Amino acid sequence: MQAQSSLYKLFTFSELEQYLQQYQGKVVVVNFWSTWCRPCIEELPYFERLNEEWKERKVKVILVSVDFLSEIDSRLVPFLQKKQLKSEVVVLNEKDPNEWIDRVNSQWSGAIPATLLVDSAGKRVAFAAKPFTYQELQKFVQPFLQP
Amino acid sequence: MKLISLILLVLVCMTENNLIEDVSAGPKVGEKAPSFKLKNVDGKMVSLSDYADKKGLIVVFSCNHCPYVVKYEDRINELNKKYAPLGFPLVAINPNAPKVAEDSYEKMIERHREKGFTFPYLLDETQEVAKKYGAERTPHVYILERKGKDFFIRYIGAIDDNAGDPNAVTKRYAADAIDALLAGKEVPVKETKAIGCTIKWK
Repeated sequence: MQAQSSLYKLFTFSELEQYLQQYQGKVVVVNFWSTWCRPCIEELPYFERLNEEWKERKVKVILVSVDFLSEIDSRLVPFLQKKQLKSEVVVLNEKDPNEWIDRVNSQWSGAIPATLLVDSAGKRVAFAAKPFTYQELQKFVQPFLQP
Repeated sequence: MKLISLILLVLVCMTENNLIEDVSAGPKVGEKAPSFKLKNVDGKMVSLSDYADKKGLIVVFSCNHCPYVVKYEDRINELNKKYAPLGFPLVAINPNAPKVAEDSYEKMIERHREKGFTFPYLLDETQEVAKKYGAERTPHVYILERKGKDFFIRYIGAIDDNAGDPNAVTKRYAADAIDALLAGKEVPVKETKAIGCTIKWK
């Protein structure tokens, strides 16, 4: 496996769950994507924008890449270098998706893009397996913002 | 009073329709498989009832554009080559054509020829079949077993546990399911999940 990079963090699903704990007090938007997935790439700018524009409103975006582990260096790293994403990127260090998809949401078939919302108390409050426009994304997150 | 009931009924129907878009509303493992009749790349119609003399059928919701499908194309072709002679042929069904240019009927014909696919590649133009099956992504596999005139769903899910690297596969979910059915045994893992491309609904 590749060495940890400044461009991304490499986590198993359990490690990711643990990592998210530190963001209690914020609404965390966890977007599952891959460089392979066209609608994912199309909606990435909206997640970047939300992360920036709603920073003050205590929203934190985490982009979880499910790219093939064998192609992190050849595909994901060049993509990240080119895009210079501001949101945090996590690479999921898992082999069999069947082992972790249910742990994200039991209703999820594994189709990406998919987005999970964790509220400021660390509770999973919403999940959607579909692409968003910026307005749709705002509407998805809005109800869970703190007053 | 009647009017109120009618309005309520309409509301209920609308809610259910909305659900179909978001959540899988298809049959579960053990239930009867929905029938279909769709156009193949050779222009002829193919229906589930055409397989009435087979032991079962492997149905793969698929398309051209999805990189996860591309990773699996050769493995899908191999499944048909191995299991068609044993009574479990494969059909691929593309529900994306109305939305994705790369998944048009013409492009399906091209891909089928280029790859030398040995199985029918059917166009689900209205997306009705994908909806009836509750398919959500490509590739999405359904393994059906025939009992008399009817087909029953015995497995829903992934082809195996490693889309990226066929040489690193440790669990051959789809093949194991068919092997079990051929041996008259219960399918060991009846449902799996995998990363794939969202079906592009109209």
